[in-house]
Amino acid sequence: MDDLSPQSRDLIAVRDSRDRAAFGRLFDHFAPRLKSMMLRGGLRDGSADDVVQDVMLAVWHKAGQFDPHRADAAGWIYGIARNRRIDLARRRPLAQPDDMPEIESMEPDAAQILALQQEVRHLSEALARLPLEQAEALRAAYFDDTPQSRISEATGLPLGTIKSRIRLGLERLRHELRKIAP
Amino acid sequence: MTSIRHHISDDMLDAYRDGSVPHGFGVVIAAHLSLCDQCRARQEAQDMVGGAFLQRAEGASLRPDARERMMAALDLPQPSPPPRASGVFPAAVMRELGGRPPRWRMLGGGIRQQILSADSDGSLRLLYIPPGKAVPEHGHHGRELTLVLQGSFSDSAGSFHRGDVETANAEVDHQPLAGDGPPCICLAATDAPLRFHALVPRLLQPIFRI
Repeated sequence: MDDLSPQSRDLIAVRDSRDRAAFGRLFDHFAPRLKSMMLRGGLRDGSADDVVQDVMLAVWHKAGQFDPHRADAAGWIYGIARNRRIDLARRRPLAQPDDMPEIESMEPDAAQILALQQEVRHLSEALARLPLEQAEALRAAYFDDTPQSRISEATGLPLGTIKSRIRLGLERLRHELRKIAP
Repeated sequence: MTSIRHHISDDMLDAYRDGSVPHGFGVVIAAHLSLCDQCRARQEAQDMVGGAFLQRAEGASLRPDARERMMAALDLPQPSPPPRASGVFPAAVMRELGGRPPRWRMLGGGIRQQILSADSDGSLRLLYIPPGKAVPEHGHHGRELTLVLQGSFSDSAGSFHRGDVETANAEVDHQPLAGDGPPCICLAATDAPLRFHALVPRLLQPIFRI
């Protein structure tokens, strides 16, 4: 398990032994980043703090579903934050897929976990190499999580351009990923 | 799970991801994701991209008492969990059913339905079709997503089994026919009221809200 990111290791400690110190470290690492995500998504300062608290509380309660074969801590926590932000903007909450079965009983498969960690690292390296324009479009879609129609409004670019830019960005990412991990 | 052959379109999955789908479509997509490992993995892979941006983000400073409040909140009782999956119904459907089994209404010909929601955003309903029976032929003003939860049906677009989704638009007139085997139970959502061709169903439409 040494190959896990420190955050994934802390999340597993929270999952398996309700480790408060580990949760505190996760809070220190992710809460300021989550707040920045919420602010970029258009929330005001005070409500952003409240949403971050909600998200981290959900991390504490849902930790039993964290499966390092399928996600790293950052991606898993991002998914929770994204759903929370979407529901703030909807009249009725967006329906969610079934919870994944709790995985306590499963033997961890070190090779698969390592492969996922490597993919995440390669993805991150590939993001860093993208041309600025594509990186911005991807960040708007994934981190600011602006619906594509609103990205178009904000930038004055036609929707088709935005969509093709995101697609190009993802294709380029995949291409970069193939170069480092053929 | 690998036997699912009819998936949610990319555009529809994008709209689900950014939260812009109407309620009924959201329930059908969530139910499909519960049954389809392939689509679910695609969704989760996108979260990894979001996670990479989260890792790289510069933090914003929190309220001074944020950490203290957070640690205190860990001991508060958890809100009661929403209904879980039961039988052929994924959790998203059980939630619409209020955690209870369906309460069917007869539509004639052995066909039953339960309306789960209907408003200006469209409708969401469960349908129960005995083997060999057909749903009355209908077209759509908007789009319709139909997910099979039990049994199967077929129409001009092909044959659909548990987990498969049919996406029909305004141009499609279709007459789904339930396959042999157990009765076909499906979850159907529209983003506009349906229109039926035969006179009687059209008269019944306001009554049944279909």
